[in-house]
Amino acid sequence: MKNEVKIHEVDPSLNSRRSFLKLSGLTLVTTGLVLAGCSDNDNDNNMEDTSLPGVRNGIFDLGSGDFGVLTYAYALEQLEADFYTKVVNSTNFNTVFNDTERQVLTDLYHHEVVHRDFFKAALTGALPDPGSQLLPTLSFTYGSLNFNSRNEVLATAKALEDTGVAAYNGAGRLIKTADYLLLAGKIVSVEARHASAIRSLINPNSKDFAGDDIVNMSTGLDDAKDPSKILPIAANFITTKFTAKYLP
Amino acid sequence: MNILKFIESFTDDNLLNSTGSRRDSFSQFGNIGKNLALASIPFGLSALTNKAFAKDITATPATPIGALQFALTLEYLENEFYSMALDSGVIPALENGGRDLKVFQQIADHESDHVKFLIAGLGGTASPNFVPKPTFDFTVGGTFDPFHDYPTFLALAQAFEDTGVRAYKGQAANLITAPDLLTAALQIHSVEARHASEVRRLRGLKGWISNAERGAGMPAATQAVYDGEGVTVQAGFNTAAAFGSAAGSEAYDEPLTTQQVVDIANIFIV
Repeated sequence: MKNEVKIHEVDPSLNSRRSFLKLSGLTLVTTGLVLAGCSDNDNDNNMEDTSLPGVRNGIFDLGSGDFGVLTYAYALEQLEADFYTKVVNSTNFNTVFNDTERQVLTDLYHHEVVHRDFFKAALTGALPDPGSQLLPTLSFTYGSLNFNSRNEVLATAKALEDTGVAAYNGAGRLIKTADYLLLAGKIVSVEARHASAIRSLINPNSKDFAGDDIVNMSTGLDDAKDPSKILPIAANFITTKFTAKYLP
Repeated sequence: MNILKFIESFTDDNLLNSTGSRRDSFSQFGNIGKNLALASIPFGLSALTNKAFAKDITATPATPIGALQFALTLEYLENEFYSMALDSGVIPALENGGRDLKVFQQIADHESDHVKFLIAGLGGTASPNFVPKPTFDFTVGGTFDPFHDYPTFLALAQAFEDTGVRAYKGQAANLITAPDLLTAALQIHSVEARHASEVRRLRGLKGWISNAERGAGMPAATQAVYDGEGVTVQAGFNTAAAFGSAAGSEAYDEPLTTQQVVDIANIFIV
């Protein structure tokens, strides 16, 4: 139910040349994230390539180029940080999870909060006009997720970490500045360490830490996905509307 | 109309290509390797003969091809290490529900895949960009006994995986002009990180690196793998402010330069 995708008409005056799809879980029908599909073969790419993050037609757009990618990463890190903050502060955290699990989840909470706050600081320092161009603090919903359910929390953590890895792997090629690429690289391997840890907690004594469901069995390559494939997944949790019209 | 646009957005050729199956990216990667192979790469390791490899390897050039050659040499090292370990029987088959053997069989499969993938990316074994496998001595002249002593094997596995993560990261800038190669390298990079995390847990450590600590039971000779990992300032942001330096440094893996990795690898190359 939570993953149900609904496609809604959105005011065509926003951009008649584009398709908009609105993804929403049942719990966020009225607040779902608006995502904009973007064809690669649009003719006005030159203008789009220089798009900075900011509000366009009443909705914050992530923009394009390095700032667009960093803002995209900031959105994903906000989600991860929010999730683990709720996990470690849930009422029965100390009884639902054993010592090892609490250690891992607490570390992940620390790491993701540090990542989120880093992106906020870095973008604030680098954007020409952070007052209008910094992605706002997003709001989140987890639908019917029971934070006192070990299985549900770990399954969600696994999805978020694997998604994070695929997101950074897919976005690396969009980054033009070597310093920014390196920063993304410093973070993505930690996300992969996380994904491995959560997978081991879910299915210990197995090869799931780098399982055949996520690492290609003939090439040995991890997943990589474009923002347009990642954001619909994140949209299950993010209730603040924003668009990504200029990211592939 | 919007529905039609929506469908179009998922059937657009470019979109399909850019997010194609990994099988597709494999073939794309192979073609790119061939294309790049057609271009003259004057400084490739291919200039080195087997005789030159009889001793140390040297740093690869800061080019996309150099980065792939460098990566291939590291994958040769990992692949041979795990292959020899599996053949030796040093990895316990029954303890922990067979966990250790399952883990290293999976890691070995991935490293073998990476070797094949990178060779294909370089244009195959006949390509002028191809680099042959060096000769490895994982005992380092008898100092280590990884194929009879399991703790030593585990320690070296951790060192190799953590090195691999840092090594790929250090090559990212060399691949920034070759987006498909960069993506593939990132896809290997994160697999090495999944491996590293699991091997560290098998050794009783956290899956991430705290400060510049090599961790309990790691030989002092492996400290070069961890030097420089304790960074707590990222682009001017203090990552230690919120939860301390261990958490702040764990949240970011640091790169190694080509030369730093070459120096580590050469310990095991004869």
